[in-house]
Amino acid sequence: MAGTTRYPTAPLKCWDKAKELRKTYYEEYRTAHERGALRWGGGAWSLGAIPAGLGRDVCSLTSEPYAASIAWDRKFSIECMEAVEKRGYARDLCSYMRNYWGSLLLDRYAFGGTFPKPDFIWQDHICCSHAKWYQVVTDLEPEIPHFSIDVSVGPYRELTENRLAYVVAQMHEGIAWLEKVTGRSYDDGLLIEAVENECRSTSLWAEVCTLNKAVPAPLDEKSMYSLYVLGTLMKHDRRVADFYAELRDEVADRVTRGIAACGNERCRVMSDTQPPWAFLDLFRYLEDFGCVSVGSLYTFGLIGVWEVKEDGAWGPRATPKEKGITLTDRDHALRILADWNLSKPEWQHFYSPHLKSEMMIRIAREWSLDGVMVHYNRGCEGLTIGIAENRLALLEAGFPVMTFEGNMGDEREFDRGRTLARIDAFMERLGLRRIVA
Amino acid sequence: MITAGVDVGAKTIKVVVLDGETTRARAVALGGLDTRSALAQAFGEALQAAGLGRSDLSGVVATGAGRKLVEGADDLVSEVSAAARGATFLFPTARTAIDVGAEEGRAVRCTEGGKVDDSAVNEKCAAGAGTFAEAMARALQVDVEELGRMSLRSTMAVPMNAQCTVFAESEVISLLHAKTPKEDISRAVHDAIASRITSMVRKVGFQKDVVLIGGMAKNPGFVDAMKRSLESEVLVPDGPEFIGALGAALLAADRVEERA
Repeated sequence: MAGTTRYPTAPLKCWDKAKELRKTYYEEYRTAHERGALRWGGGAWSLGAIPAGLGRDVCSLTSEPYAASIAWDRKFSIECMEAVEKRGYARDLCSYMRNYWGSLLLDRYAFGGTFPKPDFIWQDHICCSHAKWYQVVTDLEPEIPHFSIDVSVGPYRELTENRLAYVVAQMHEGIAWLEKVTGRSYDDGLLIEAVENECRSTSLWAEVCTLNKAVPAPLDEKSMYSLYVLGTLMKHDRRVADFYAELRDEVADRVTRGIAACGNERCRVMSDTQPPWAFLDLFRYLEDFGCVSVGSLYTFGLIGVWEVKEDGAWGPRATPKEKGITLTDRDHALRILADWNLSKPEWQHFYSPHLKSEMMIRIAREWSLDGVMVHYNRGCEGLTIGIAENRLALLEAGFPVMTFEGNMGDEREFDRGRTLARIDAFMERLGLRRIVA
Repeated sequence: MITAGVDVGAKTIKVVVLDGETTRARAVALGGLDTRSALAQAFGEALQAAGLGRSDLSGVVATGAGRKLVEGADDLVSEVSAAARGATFLFPTARTAIDVGAEEGRAVRCTEGGKVDDSAVNEKCAAGAGTFAEAMARALQVDVEELGRMSLRSTMAVPMNAQCTVFAESEVISLLHAKTPKEDISRAVHDAIASRITSMVRKVGFQKDVVLIGGMAKNPGFVDAMKRSLESEVLVPDGPEFIGALGAALLAADRVEERA
């Protein structure tokens, strides 16, 4: 743990641009029909590069970040939860899913007006809740056509040609389905462009996160949430890839100049799983102790795509273009897209908590962490399953671990006072006292 | 050097005045609805018993759920750190401190020097805390002291499955209707609490020696249940409810020495 050095700080120059991109995304989706454009709904992990082949006017509403936006608006979120419970759905289901359903049931869009229903649903399945999420949407809105791709073919290290072909075959089938339900003809050139954009943006995000290995960390996790979200909205969009390139340059410059996210950094931790979105001030509270959360497997690997570099450390996965590969046709683009997504870190631990532990320990070591704050997130079975195993593995690897219970999207299951008390105890355990009164 | 530790718990406020390593005075007051008044009362009583004024104190450290209410404290520390410091001061061989108060139960794995190695606290549930025992005593229509004594006279272990205070009360009433002796029900209550606490102890890694502190450690039925659940002897200090405040007073002395 570092001493009492005071590092220079500076606001991110591209911060406003990130906010503007996000705002534009939700606004473009809302107003799409006014322009005769298409709207689709699906998860943040959906293979969005594929519907991009329907035209440049295709807008999406990715459900998890949308639901997280609702969670941040505590009053609206409670209304959504109550609407869903009134309809008979259980309170222990995925809280993102419940926020989304609530918004649909209440016919209210978090960004103003009525809920803009998608023209079609484009989903993929790896998380158990993903498989049910849009099934219920289809139950509620039977006129919305729904296509899902099963991507649960096992961990990337065990990928075989047959497994890849299984996913790619569904993608081909999906394109035929898209043409049928939209009446549009498909443009392979747009698909290839979108796949290239996706590889670029998700690799660039991993590069940004890699820069956070620096001491002091140029970014703190609370700020990273506002940046990584663009990749969850439209990772296949050139605007996001270009923004991440700009962000990467700015963060690299911060590292060179020793600009810190937290001026009094003397302790580094990471979190795990989604945070309780309505209570992000927890991260600012850490900074009162000189403790900065530099990220997490969640923040790094939800959209970031990584690989082990020659020196054995984690770094951004080289894009096909960087490897000199030119995408030639639809099948080639789909194979690249499938392979790229199947290597995503946050898809690996659906198969074993040990795979997640390996990645968490790697981050703890390579990002020079002093401890780990693990969120036993009742709102997300997918990312929380096996989390107690992860805690044990981290402890065994020598990293102090604090756990706290909560829910990313349902504030009724989060106790802020007790969580702050736990942070106090954890900071003391790490030998830290409050710097800011 | 004279220091004070103040433990503002969910139910009671405890104050320990320490002269070096010797306890000069200790006082307790019921928190009630007006915590600030109760705090002033407990602090005043402790100082009076010690024959001291506020200005005689070199340092004050506050702990407990309401620690932020202690005006003029030199530092605030978590219950976990205070428990570890206090327990290992009294029992230097202690490696596990189990602190069960009115609101919370916590297990703390301590280092040789009284630092915290790992800790666990019960979550959003009263089933591992003193309030649970009080609620069950009410259901059995005995006072909480009698609940503890009765438990030791039990001749049969009765399983109690409910983990929630509300449902456990229903279960106690059902057992009463089934003519189960109160002694056995009392033991079942303590076994249920001990089971919750033991799972927290196992989470942080059980290491001997074990010190039981907090208000619940005054309850012989609970101490007995903990011994059975842990399959181990447990050390119980005199005035176990004051150990958090004692730890805070010791940490106050540490702070003064650091500043010197």
